[in-house]
Amino acid sequence: MPQRQYGTAVVDVDAEGFMTDPSRWTREIAAAIAREEGIAELTPAHWNVIEHMQKEFRETGQAPSIRRLSKGSVVSVKDLYALFPGGPARKAARIAGLKKPEGCV
Amino acid sequence: MKRLVILGAGTGGTALAHILRRRLSPAAWAITVVDRSPDHYYQPGFLFVPFGLYAPRRLVRERAGLLPGDVELVIAPIEGIDPAANEVRIGGGEALPYDILVIATGCDIAPGETPGLLDDWRVTAFDFYTPGGSAALARRLESFQGGTLAVHVNEMPIKCPVAPLEFAFLADWHFLRRGLREAVDIVFVTPLSGPFTKPAASAALGALLGERGIRVVPDFAAERVDAAARKLVGYDGREVAYDLLVSVPTNMGDQVVGDSGLGDELRFVPTDPKTLRSKSHENIFVIGDAANVPASKAGSVVHFQARTVAGNVERAAAGRPLAAEFDGHANCFIETGRGRAILIDFNYEVEPLPGRFPFPLVGPLPLLKPSRLNHWAKLAFRPIYWRLMLRGRPLPFISDRMAMAGKKRPPAAGATA
Repeated sequence: MPQRQYGTAVVDVDAEGFMTDPSRWTREIAAAIAREEGIAELTPAHWNVIEHMQKEFRETGQAPSIRRLSKGSVVSVKDLYALFPGGPARKAARIAGLKKPEGCV
Repeated sequence: MKRLVILGAGTGGTALAHILRRRLSPAAWAITVVDRSPDHYYQPGFLFVPFGLYAPRRLVRERAGLLPGDVELVIAPIEGIDPAANEVRIGGGEALPYDILVIATGCDIAPGETPGLLDDWRVTAFDFYTPGGSAALARRLESFQGGTLAVHVNEMPIKCPVAPLEFAFLADWHFLRRGLREAVDIVFVTPLSGPFTKPAASAALGALLGERGIRVVPDFAAERVDAAARKLVGYDGREVAYDLLVSVPTNMGDQVVGDSGLGDELRFVPTDPKTLRSKSHENIFVIGDAANVPASKAGSVVHFQARTVAGNVERAAAGRPLAAEFDGHANCFIETGRGRAILIDFNYEVEPLPGRFPFPLVGPLPLLKPSRLNHWAKLAFRPIYWRLMLRGRPLPFISDRMAMAGKKRPPAAGATA
């Protein structure tokens, strides 16, 4: 299984770079993954989405889709794209230490 | 007498009715299947209709003739499911009580979910997932003389996730044969970060799209369609101009699933991925596209699920523990045009890999590589569908659970960004 080093932490990831053990996740790892995804700094608006995703994951066992995030009225789809340019659900899940959203089958 | 009710007489509902009629004693169990329409379409055929390769009338049969004789078929709208009362309400207010319910209502396109997509519907913007859409598109393609063709996927998950790619490849071939390829710019617009959901297949298909001169616009989520200006507008401000838009709109489960409170935000039923029982009700099972399980929404998946669902319905009827055995197996032929197709075989855990299928070395079908044999196998599938699959019979050489034999794992790759 591939591994990635973030600061002093070495974590297992899958072939697409998603962490396989969410319990190893830290805010420092999140900031490092965010930089890989082209997000220089995580703002309170980013953390709001990340924490909501982690809460949904604990409740349902799945990382939420964009549609679910926007219906949960945490953030609009437009704002999601502004915060996580490119693929918001995928990027935010990866930064949150979760597996790839299952909507992407 | 107990009653099993199956909602939907599509691929899943029909196969399941056959398997369970063979297994459940007719003296103890009545089986009723409900569907709103009398016609059963061979849905894989819709892909070929726009290119004049199949006529829609050759893809349809009557549902009544496809079910076993001792199963009751009711053609009526399904107006509600009441899991607390264990009954289904059908057209005219009639209540249909059940002991066990199977939801096999599939999914359908919901173009209304994207603002503007319906504004110039079937004039400049088309679907090919419906009989009407594929036939209308056939007429439009006949007269299309050049310009930008955008093949667009709005949102995942969709039924047959390889179909939009196949459409792009077949369009390339179509215009090549008509001598118009130079006049047509084909662009593939997807919300995914590559042409397919799984990495090895995405790389292989990406290379092939490149060879055919099909441009990929990845990570594109359409906020709306500007039909007057003929462009897709993304949430991130990007725009894709088109002369002809072929869209796979958002796919959603059946209205009755949503109205009855049994669905998620896309009206798919939360379902255990291995037992295929509803997560909320012990006497409700789900097969095929209606379920929210992370498997492809495809006929092959329905086929591989059928014996798990049938076995678990039997177990539930006898009060025995369920078998958690469905592995997410999917087996899909991807038409790549020019008389060739790619075959992929995968499940929840194993992504599509290169190799040979179904037997190691001898194949005869190559995996993840275009071949003529795969194309002929895809065309040969239609009679197999009507004769074996809808009757819930095993397919030759293909097991319900995915086999690793013949597949080659890539060398352990470093993580990708």
